[in-house]
Amino acid sequence: MGDMMAGLQFENNCEVGVFSKLTNAYCLVAIGGSENFYSAFESELADVIPIVKTSLGGTRIIGRLCAGNKNGLLVPHTTTDQELQHLRNSLPDQVVVQRIEERLSALGNCIACNDHVALAHTDLDKETEEIIADVLGVEVFRQTIAGNILVGSYCALSNRGGIVHPHTSVEDLDELSTLLQVPLVAGTVNRGSEVIGAGMTVNDWTAFCGSDTTATELSVIDSIFKLREAQPSSIVDEMRKSLIDTYV
Amino acid sequence: MSAMDQDTGMFKVQQTIGSVLCCKCGVPMPPNAANMCVNCLRSEVDITEGLQKSIQIFYCPECGCYLQPPKTWIKAQWESKELLTFCIKRLKNLNKVKLKNAEFVWTEPHSKRIKVKLTVQAEVLNGAVLEQSYPVEYTVRDNLCESCSRFQANPDQWVASVQLRQHVSHRRTFFYLEQLILRHDAASRAIRIQQVDQGIDFFFGNKSHANSFIEFLRKVVPIEYRQDQQLVSHDVKSSLYNYKYTYSVKICPICREDLICLPSKVASGLGNLGPLVVCTKVSDNITILDPRTLRCAFLDARQYFRSGFRSALTSRQLVKYFVFDVEAPVGEATVGGQKYALSYVQIARESDIGKMFYVQTHLGHILKSGDQALGYDIYSANVNDDEMEKYRLSVKNGLPEAILIKKCYDEQRERKKGKPRAFTTKKLPMEMDESRGARVDPEKMENEYEEFLRDLEENPELRFNISLYKNKDYQESETASMTDGEGAPTVPIEELLAELELSEEEEEGDDEEDMDE
Repeated sequence: MGDMMAGLQFENNCEVGVFSKLTNAYCLVAIGGSENFYSAFESELADVIPIVKTSLGGTRIIGRLCAGNKNGLLVPHTTTDQELQHLRNSLPDQVVVQRIEERLSALGNCIACNDHVALAHTDLDKETEEIIADVLGVEVFRQTIAGNILVGSYCALSNRGGIVHPHTSVEDLDELSTLLQVPLVAGTVNRGSEVIGAGMTVNDWTAFCGSDTTATELSVIDSIFKLREAQPSSIVDEMRKSLIDTYV
Repeated sequence: MSAMDQDTGMFKVQQTIGSVLCCKCGVPMPPNAANMCVNCLRSEVDITEGLQKSIQIFYCPECGCYLQPPKTWIKAQWESKELLTFCIKRLKNLNKVKLKNAEFVWTEPHSKRIKVKLTVQAEVLNGAVLEQSYPVEYTVRDNLCESCSRFQANPDQWVASVQLRQHVSHRRTFFYLEQLILRHDAASRAIRIQQVDQGIDFFFGNKSHANSFIEFLRKVVPIEYRQDQQLVSHDVKSSLYNYKYTYSVKICPICREDLICLPSKVASGLGNLGPLVVCTKVSDNITILDPRTLRCAFLDARQYFRSGFRSALTSRQLVKYFVFDVEAPVGEATVGGQKYALSYVQIARESDIGKMFYVQTHLGHILKSGDQALGYDIYSANVNDDEMEKYRLSVKNGLPEAILIKKCYDEQRERKKGKPRAFTTKKLPMEMDESRGARVDPEKMENEYEEFLRDLEENPELRFNISLYKNKDYQESETASMTDGEGAPTVPIEELLAELELSEEEEEGDDEEDMDE
């Protein structure tokens, strides 16, 4: 049942990754004028993981402000107490919600992570790095992607694969792949847009892409994230058991 | 994979550009700003939108010019660079994109179509620069330009004419003028040139062309002219009058080597210059030399035409003399760059050797005994000149029996007879006037021209303003260098110009130019 939803729009905007955050354990969605966006997620994920409607710091660009995986969620210091409480209430208990004091508050742009490893903005505080490693349970690497320091914007990462900025050189691709231990490909989304992290959102069995995404791009996403064969329940079970070891 | 960067000592990793799939068609390609392959980008965006693709241009089949509105006609060959520039200039809106390349696509000349392929560059989407080429078609329409249509209507159309006349019995001045005009390209704008008895007619399409021609003439010969006009047509509504202008130009009849008896008023005006004078040089003013006192005077056009005296004896009446004895010069003078020496000589006419004369001459510097000279035989000449008669009566001792003018090189010329000269001259495209009564004797013309060429050889100052060209047929023969005494004067080879074979334009040379192949 692994699937990919294409053709999503949040209030006529194709940048799905800006207004939503998808992980293996939960999904966050922004509050929009119409319920179409929410229902799209619901139709796919309703039985499997909780879908939480929220705002962060009063804004709707939640996908870019927070970073998280199945172990935890990091929110910026601009998050209000009510929002924090709402999140803590709605999310499953094993997910740790932590507000961090960090100068770079758009955590979604600065951190790209899956359940095992994370890439961080080179200028992130040492403290923040420790918190990331702690809360999310990942190994943190400070990296750039194609010379860009906003690693969260220019790559979309899941436990099975990842897409990076199209201008990444072959050597960089190899290096990142070795660090992240997943297959990577340079590609685009939303009809040639290079900002992949903002254009799509993905977990181990589903991906959501904006309406401008072409068939070619969809096939690339399909193949790299291995969405055809994925089953949600098996993955969720497997993760409870052990680490997945995949080599490039 | 990694290479040491020698310059900075930094360790630089070699970057290989990867390939992504084009987001539209899926073909692998190196990433670019739009992340679409070129074909997809081209199908998306058309940068030639809004640019002119077809346009009409006008062409005059008579003179081969293309119209650039409103009024300019530009001459251009088929498929030439000028035509390409002209075609591109006619396109509007071309400044929105950058023009990279333009070239002609072959079209059949009879099709009346010109096709140009333009390659333009423009920025699209997010910074990707797209290059696209597209054809532009020009429809050529035939349309006679104004000057051609006027010419078609009346081929004989001239607006201004200059009638150049000199009332003397020879055409030497006109030969010389012809060479001058050729050298300075003064008659390049003349529609027609016609040779008539005692003169030449020049026809121009424009009054200002005629004016500038007259200005040129005024600088080289002393002239007097008047202007007349004739009404051709009259547009009542706009009060435009069309005229034909005629300039009647008279060249002064005094030539080089003429003997003149000055009227008393002129002589006293020039400081009592002996009334018998010889004219030595005619340019824009007349130089006259008194052979007795070696004094020189200059008369410019205005001064001459105020009195308008004529010469008493002209070069037709020159007689050959044998020089028997030349005495040492009693006086020397350098006048106007020319050296003269006054001395007494014993001479006799060739026709009557028995009668010897003892006269003064100003040619003491070049005459030696045994030479031949040309001079005026006043002793036996029947001069039809009032001033001369008055002078003859007034002077006590009588007129000098002979006045020598120049040295004669006939003997030396005998040796070179029949051999071609080292130089040739060019001619103006003149028509002969057959219609009038005066018959021009071709043999007489030949002789006169031959004398003119001899004149050129003898006088370097005459050659100053003229272009002489190397004669291709002339070969330097071994015996040309005279071993026994002096030869006839010739034009030194450094003064000759090699003819330009390529085009009509003459080199605007400085005259004493070295031979250039």
